[in-house]
Amino acid sequence: MAFLDIQHLEKSFGPTRVVKDFNLDIEKGEFVSFLGPSGCGKTTVLRMVAGFAAPTSGAIRIDGREVTGLPANRRNIGMVFQSYALFPNLTVAENIGFGLKVAGEGKAAIARRVGEMLDLIGLPQLGGRYPFQLSGGQQQRVALARALAPRPQVLLLDEPLSALDAKVRISLRDEIRRIQRDLGITAIFVTHDQEEALSISDRVVVMHQGIADQVGTPFEIYNRPATRFVAQFVGTLNLLDADVLDATTGKVRLGGVPVALDQPLHGRPGERISLAMRPESVELGRGDSDRVVLSGEIAAVHFLGSVIRIRVAVAGQFVSLDTFNQPDRPPPSVGTTVEVSLPHRDLLVLAA
Amino acid sequence: MRERRLWSWLAVALGGLYFLLPLVGMFDFSMRMQRDGYSFEAYRVVLADPQFQQTFGYSVVLALLTIVLGILLIVPTAYFVRLRFPGLRPVVEFLTLLPLVIPPIVIVFGYIRIYNTSSVLPLTGSWWGTNLLILFGYATLSLPYMYRSVDTGLRTIDVGSLTEAAQSLGSGWTRILTVVILPNVFVSVLSGAFLTFAIVIGEYVFAALLNVGSFGPYMVWMGGNRAYEPSALAVVAFAITWACMALIQLVTRFSKFSSVRR
Repeated sequence: MAFLDIQHLEKSFGPTRVVKDFNLDIEKGEFVSFLGPSGCGKTTVLRMVAGFAAPTSGAIRIDGREVTGLPANRRNIGMVFQSYALFPNLTVAENIGFGLKVAGEGKAAIARRVGEMLDLIGLPQLGGRYPFQLSGGQQQRVALARALAPRPQVLLLDEPLSALDAKVRISLRDEIRRIQRDLGITAIFVTHDQEEALSISDRVVVMHQGIADQVGTPFEIYNRPATRFVAQFVGTLNLLDADVLDATTGKVRLGGVPVALDQPLHGRPGERISLAMRPESVELGRGDSDRVVLSGEIAAVHFLGSVIRIRVAVAGQFVSLDTFNQPDRPPPSVGTTVEVSLPHRDLLVLAA
Repeated sequence: MRERRLWSWLAVALGGLYFLLPLVGMFDFSMRMQRDGYSFEAYRVVLADPQFQQTFGYSVVLALLTIVLGILLIVPTAYFVRLRFPGLRPVVEFLTLLPLVIPPIVIVFGYIRIYNTSSVLPLTGSWWGTNLLILFGYATLSLPYMYRSVDTGLRTIDVGSLTEAAQSLGSGWTRILTVVILPNVFVSVLSGAFLTFAIVIGEYVFAALLNVGSFGPYMVWMGGNRAYEPSALAVVAFAITWACMALIQLVTRFSKFSSVRR
């Protein structure tokens, strides 16, 4: 049995169902991210795990113990908030020691643990400061230490990096992951930032309209998106409509040209399907023989420095592709007729 | 530009005169008890009067008890309204404003009608009962000031997140209210408390009609029977109110964990 086990979780606010039949098993020490746009239900699931919201139905078990009906203060869960939520009237050390004091630990034990935590977050000299005397990044580190100090079974992070500037966000993201690994604590991280989710998670749950659209490793989520939503939400994606010619051999008509996909398809001849491709897998030119080739006209060229993003119009649809900048090869100009190609295996057929 | 400034100063000066002249006159009069010049004789007489000491002491104790009752009543109410029933805020705000709309005399007549000696709960029949009644009455009078200031204090902190943070760290409601919420709205509670103190110290209607020996009726009695002492007493009462106001400012300024430096 998994360490954190969420079964058939549902949540409705009046007639609106915000979480629909959510199931997830998380192993001990795993770092799982809930990724999705705002309003997809990811924070609601997190709040139900924390005990701040009661599920309409379903069950949550932590380490074999049913916690669904347990109040938040008896779940032994650490929580980090987007707004830090440090107690303004307490010093950094008092904030970190708060949970231990509630648990009735002795002064010496609290002082020792607070010292350990301050070292862990790299702020050993700031124990006597008040939260308003710290930067955003420091406050969030303290909030992390405060959540971890009472040795919770599960650590929940609700968009902890959203209020920070870009540079701090990246360094703190890596630090959160390092600390989580060092302590071997099970963690759920809620974010709407796909780069954040992909870069630090063991597994990512992509949520859409209250449903877990796909659960998988970052590699799987990015390279094998299960639904059109996941494909569009995670990374940049070219989506092209194609008509099925022969489902068994995987032949479709794309941009007026018959294309062999080398994979069997669902759907009858003449039916319209969606094909997706990542910009980095498409190249200018025909390339090797074993590739899907499309011809079109350059519609736009965006010079981004090391990368050049080119938009090619293919029979009324657009394909974006990325190429590296090479000083001796200037990008093609708009209006030029070109051929673009990609390996068969990089062409994804998406469910609606 | 300069002309506009002149008008502004003129307006300030006129307003200042309107408020200060009567005070200056009163202060001047209170110093003339002895024929041969200015003296603090009237103040000496008032402060040495055992009745002054007794009534003032009584009112101070009553004011402090009112503040404690107000805090116990208002802080949890305002907190839960903000946290759990934000839709009820206009209703609660309206209710707390009622003591400003309904004259104290109406309230006290209501009390006397309901709690008289021939009623089910004859509070007016005993010393304890009467004091309890007047305490509840004063807590009612302090509602508009206490609720507003506490609510304003709660607005400046993220009540929801702080509560959830404390809960996730194992806290129950009592600890959340006393260790997390109250210290963070302490300055607001204090400003409400000082206003309450100023109101209770000078209150007359409740005290007179419930026949308790507090400072308000003493001032009125003094006004009817003496010449110079009432002015001295009025100046003392003003000084107390101003001291309360000054304390609000001081506490606000020196709150050590406030992020707002003034």
